[in-house]
Amino acid sequence: MTAVRVMGSETEFGIHAPSDPGSNATWLSSQVVHAYAQLTGERAAGGSETRWDYTDEDPLADARGWTIPRHSAHPSQLTDRPQEQQDPAPELTAAQVALEGAALDLDDGSGGSALMMNMVLGNGARLYVDHAHPEYSSPEVTNPLDAVRWDAAGDAVALATVRQIARNPSMPGVNLYKNNTDNKSVSYGSHENYLMPRQVPFGRIVSGLTPFFVTRQLICGAGRVGLGQDGSGHGYQLSARADFFEAEVGLETTIRRPIINTRDEPHAIADKYRRLHVIIGDANLSQVSNYLKFGTTALVLDMIEHGTVPELSLHDPVAALQTVSHDLSMKVLLRVDDGRRMSALDIQELYLQAAQKHCQRSGAGDEESGDGHSAQVLRRWEEVLRQLADDPAGAAGQVEWVAKLSLLQQYRDRDSLAWNHPRLGLIDLQWSDVRPEKGLYYRLLSRGRMERMVADEAIARAVVQPPEDTRAYFRGQCIQRYGSSIAGASWDSVIFELPGDRRLQRVPTREPQRGTRALTQGLFDRHRDAAGFLAELLDFHP
Amino acid sequence: MRPRRGRIMLRKFSTAKGIIMAGQEHKNTVGRTEEDEAPDAAVPPSAAASAQESASTEGLDDLLDEIDGVLESNAEEFVRGFVQKGGQ
Repeated sequence: MTAVRVMGSETEFGIHAPSDPGSNATWLSSQVVHAYAQLTGERAAGGSETRWDYTDEDPLADARGWTIPRHSAHPSQLTDRPQEQQDPAPELTAAQVALEGAALDLDDGSGGSALMMNMVLGNGARLYVDHAHPEYSSPEVTNPLDAVRWDAAGDAVALATVRQIARNPSMPGVNLYKNNTDNKSVSYGSHENYLMPRQVPFGRIVSGLTPFFVTRQLICGAGRVGLGQDGSGHGYQLSARADFFEAEVGLETTIRRPIINTRDEPHAIADKYRRLHVIIGDANLSQVSNYLKFGTTALVLDMIEHGTVPELSLHDPVAALQTVSHDLSMKVLLRVDDGRRMSALDIQELYLQAAQKHCQRSGAGDEESGDGHSAQVLRRWEEVLRQLADDPAGAAGQVEWVAKLSLLQQYRDRDSLAWNHPRLGLIDLQWSDVRPEKGLYYRLLSRGRMERMVADEAIARAVVQPPEDTRAYFRGQCIQRYGSSIAGASWDSVIFELPGDRRLQRVPTREPQRGTRALTQGLFDRHRDAAGFLAELLDFHP
Repeated sequence: MRPRRGRIMLRKFSTAKGIIMAGQEHKNTVGRTEEDEAPDAAVPPSAAASAQESASTEGLDDLLDEIDGVLESNAEEFVRGFVQKGGQ
């Protein structure tokens, strides 16, 4: 009935030090986290970073109802115990990185360690080193416009770290890219998370979402120069991620990537909720594409929960995903298991019409009396699909793959470049540079060629302030107000360490829609110090 | 120095007055204030549309000239040097 639900984004940034190409990616990524700690001072007492509380992490739990044994898991899946996570590539363990960091002695003298793997930010987000990339995980929000806003805040955080590192004469300059591949067989993710009621059977999620995920790249693909995982095929495709998917359903995220990921870590009350972990999306800079990615997916999940999602089953969804990505004409017909043949646009249109009916029935999609979000998602979804059907080039201000293709095509026309020309590869890469003076998306944005849905000022506020209507408010305010008394935090906890008290006090936050400003601001305002705050919160009288 | 995990007693509080966890009545309801920021969070569609229009009247050559100026030099080497380690 609605596009309103608890959701969030994760962005793994591509990281590159052009003047020091041999530098270790994990170490460089830790310097990104460190740079942000230097800038914000958001760190816990003792000069250490805010630790991540891994207590409730369970990366081997499968939503289909089982848990895989640790010994049969790929090392990259052991995200709950980073010290066990030894990537097969010559990356360093945390301990080795620590040694390298210490040997280089990049300490700024502020008392902090030069090695930072994790931070919890005052806006409720997490900034940390994931594998060999810096990752920003947004705070929980309740609607697609806020998802765009706090995701864009992460891009601003990334930019701030690039600037900070550039000021450090002992560091090589570091570039960060909001993209998904190095075009040499490696891909890294930009994930979405959606809160769902636990009682929805997982099989219904898989069947309802798969045809939608195969085709939603039409509206939120970021575009990519090169075909195949190593990008060696000449051409352009809609999605940056499609060629890296090899399975329909599965637990892995780094190998044999599945269209539907079954990781079952709710980070919330497990009996009540599941967190749907979506790994198939492209990293979006286009705000309209990003908005539609979250908004339309939320609507489809709502239809799945209410039994109104279109019923169709694609033949070989993994192949179909790649077919759609490689088909710039958007005309190729996909085989549906009941014998029909439908284009990706037909399938999107089917989902759109079902969502329109679904929202009409409930009233949520009404422009005046609705929930304030569904109507806009439906309207924009329809506008973009009609534009793609009638005149795709006209969607260049909204749809990211069209915008990038339009720029590339202008270069191809002017300079007669073949698709394998390095300059086109550079345009693709530099499209996502987070620096506004270098990032080509930002050049187009500043010329008004890309549509803005969220003002820069609103994004700047989201860099420092949490959303007000989820538990992210509680987490962010705790970090802002009592940071020196916080020993650790996670999505579903904040751990306090009070001076003179050897026991840590863990405040669980397993209900994502509690801990809001409406519920907690008064409590925060009454207590300047963490001890008084905790005493009132926990009815704790020492 | 931070206490090592083995030494500490972790106290779990599930009774945090219901404002953090569900299942209890909450009392600390505070109304929204003028600090709410909805109005400026989004640019009206008409503004975006007019920006699009004025953009389309600009010359394409002008755009490509600008981008020529910001592209990294030596495209081939730069693209070849962009090598990433694994990710999710």
